[in-house]
Amino acid sequence: MKSRRTQWAPRQFSPRSSRGAPRDWAFWVQVSGLVGFWMFVATIWGWFGYRTLELLRLGDVWQPAIVLGVVVSTLFVVYASVLTYLFVRLGAAADGPAPDLPIDSIEEKLTEGVLKPWSWRYKLTVGILAGLFAWALYCWYREVHEGLGVTGLGRPIFWGLFITDFVFFIGISHAGTLVSAILRLAQAEWRRAITRSAEAITVLVLFFGAWSILLDLGRIDRILNVFESGRMESPLLWDVCSITTYLFGSTIYLYLPLIPDLALLRRRVTGIRKPLYHLMSFGWTGTEKQKHALERAIGVMAVVVLPVAVSVHTVVSWVFSMTIQPLWHSTVFGPYFVAGAIFSGIAALLIAMAIVRRFMGLERFLKPVHFNYLGMLLFVMTCLWGYFTTCEFLTAFYGDEPTERHILHEKLVGGFAPLIWTMVVCCFVIPIAILARKKTRSVTGCVVASCTILVGMWIERYTIVVPTLQRPRLEEYASASYFPTFLEWSLLVGACAGFCLLYVLFARLFPIISIWEVREGREEAPEQVAERVRDYFPTAEEPAAVGLRRPSAEKTAGIGARR
Amino acid sequence: MTRWAMSIDLDLCTGCGTCAVACAQENNLPPGDPEETMDRLIRWLELVVEEEGEYPHVRARVLPMPCQHCDRPPCIKVCPVNATYRNPQGLVPQIYHRCIGCRYCVSACPFTCKHFNWWDPVWPEPLQRGLNPDVSIRTRGVTEKCNFCLHRLQDAREAAAVAGEELDPASYRTACQEACPARAIRFGDIDDAESEVGAAAHHPRANQLLEDLGVEPKVIYLTERS
Repeated sequence: MKSRRTQWAPRQFSPRSSRGAPRDWAFWVQVSGLVGFWMFVATIWGWFGYRTLELLRLGDVWQPAIVLGVVVSTLFVVYASVLTYLFVRLGAAADGPAPDLPIDSIEEKLTEGVLKPWSWRYKLTVGILAGLFAWALYCWYREVHEGLGVTGLGRPIFWGLFITDFVFFIGISHAGTLVSAILRLAQAEWRRAITRSAEAITVLVLFFGAWSILLDLGRIDRILNVFESGRMESPLLWDVCSITTYLFGSTIYLYLPLIPDLALLRRRVTGIRKPLYHLMSFGWTGTEKQKHALERAIGVMAVVVLPVAVSVHTVVSWVFSMTIQPLWHSTVFGPYFVAGAIFSGIAALLIAMAIVRRFMGLERFLKPVHFNYLGMLLFVMTCLWGYFTTCEFLTAFYGDEPTERHILHEKLVGGFAPLIWTMVVCCFVIPIAILARKKTRSVTGCVVASCTILVGMWIERYTIVVPTLQRPRLEEYASASYFPTFLEWSLLVGACAGFCLLYVLFARLFPIISIWEVREGREEAPEQVAERVRDYFPTAEEPAAVGLRRPSAEKTAGIGARR
Repeated sequence: MTRWAMSIDLDLCTGCGTCAVACAQENNLPPGDPEETMDRLIRWLELVVEEEGEYPHVRARVLPMPCQHCDRPPCIKVCPVNATYRNPQGLVPQIYHRCIGCRYCVSACPFTCKHFNWWDPVWPEPLQRGLNPDVSIRTRGVTEKCNFCLHRLQDAREAAAVAGEELDPASYRTACQEACPARAIRFGDIDDAESEVGAAAHHPRANQLLEDLGVEPKVIYLTERS
């Protein structure tokens, strides 16, 4: 029976659905989850309100803090609204249990990773990654237990590897949501196979960015002081706001396109995963109206999450540029960090795609053309990175202020010169050489360029953080050299391993390539694209046959007749 | 309103280092591990030695350097938990028990005047008996700095309150000021033109460190007469 409701009908919260069937447990869990999320949003409003009132009372309010609070709280309201809208709409447009459609070759191949048992190679990988991560956790325990003296830091180099890692990981997290949202909004059809793997990187690597800043804290047991007596004037709290907002936004943005795939999968899995997928598929049965609602929700999230993504790395850069320290206090840092973040993010995405492609046998889905297009994007970002780096160094070099001159000298020809020039080779020379030509912009070429870029970008972050601290204004007063200890390196390796572990598990728990989007792309996109392209130009008497697939004669005639 | 400030006459200063020792003793600064490098040592007041000229005509210029207690401190703006603040009388103390140890204030300080506890402080046995009961002991993982012996201000205030009098600025003296044998360090209200520090602020030899940054340090140095 097909639902013919044309008017919007709210989902009814009676123990029985409109069709008279009793609600299942998942319905009530979803309702309570949404209620919980709204309560969380209310808490955020309450906290910002409380802090504002308290600061007003103390006469020490920093006005922009109110703006920040309103923006962050409103974004959370948008998130909760999108989820609630989707829940109600999906429920209202549900039409009995999901139809048992025949399994086509796309679904067969893409669900293979989720359904088939773990091979010994996969188990070994998980074991090694988990071992490295466990070692990092032990190192963290030692650091908290004994004090930050276990690092190589000292006065005046108070920030080192942990802050570098923080900036680096947050940078990588840019790939996903930003690239995916831009490609989605630009209606680039080749995005369909890569968005999921990109969005997963964002969400999973963000945890390790946040973890790195926790590693850096001397008294992690007092972390809640940030909420109890937070000072909104501090860029670190802007970070907390921005990263939290981004984490929630990109998680929702990852989750929404997962819904139809989970609905597909829930019929085919067994064990604990069956109720989990059932719960997460949010009442999806695959009707047209549901599809429409989902696409609207994804569209809204893509628009909302874009400025948040840009804000994240801008705010990370402001941690440095809001101080008055030489070579940190720079207006170029915001865009420079965002460009660098997208740069390293795309590189990480390319590596992840190559690994997924190779080890899950998805060569048919992640084709050289995807690498070619992303490689072009990476090439553009390489140029942008070169441009920003030149801007940064040239202004400091030409201005030749004594305090900046010392640090710049240290960077270009002094102790940091080997690092800086390695960075230039890794981030600029090699990628340009590889990515400029179509012939070398192959899968292998892109992966090689991406690997050097990741190394180079890590060095870039390091050479931003450390040299400025190493040569302070009053150098006679405090000077030292810094080399990270084994424990610090362990924590970096452990964080990387932890991210890889989560990503590897994600790829086997959820389809790493969006099934419904790829299927839709294959079946519907060519027609839509053809029609869209035709829309770009004046209508001819004879409708031109443009498009990826030549439309059949009667369809062409139909489109022409409509105009 | 009183604005507490310090003046250091470099012409009188002999570079003996008594101030640094007195400061460490007064504020319970641990002696430091001899195995460790100097960059882990915490000294709220340090002698900065700058060498001038070439051998054999070498001359050392000594600069005793406490926290500058800026009137517009760059460190307080960046603290995420309000653990460092500027009080109405111009002092910039640190709340050790609120600090989360992110070291943002330290990195933002243009004078590199703040210190971080890399380890829990340790005093070898006989030294423990010399700890000052008026000053709390800092744990590992927090930032600390010179606070112009704030506990002495509290003492002076209490004494004045008990006696039912107004606080006499002269009764608030820092440990380094008391210890200086050359009387090079003066301490008092910078807004009171009658006081020693107020007079020093307008002295022709008066200058401040990194004046051009606009952070308005409240440690006034009187340069040496050549």
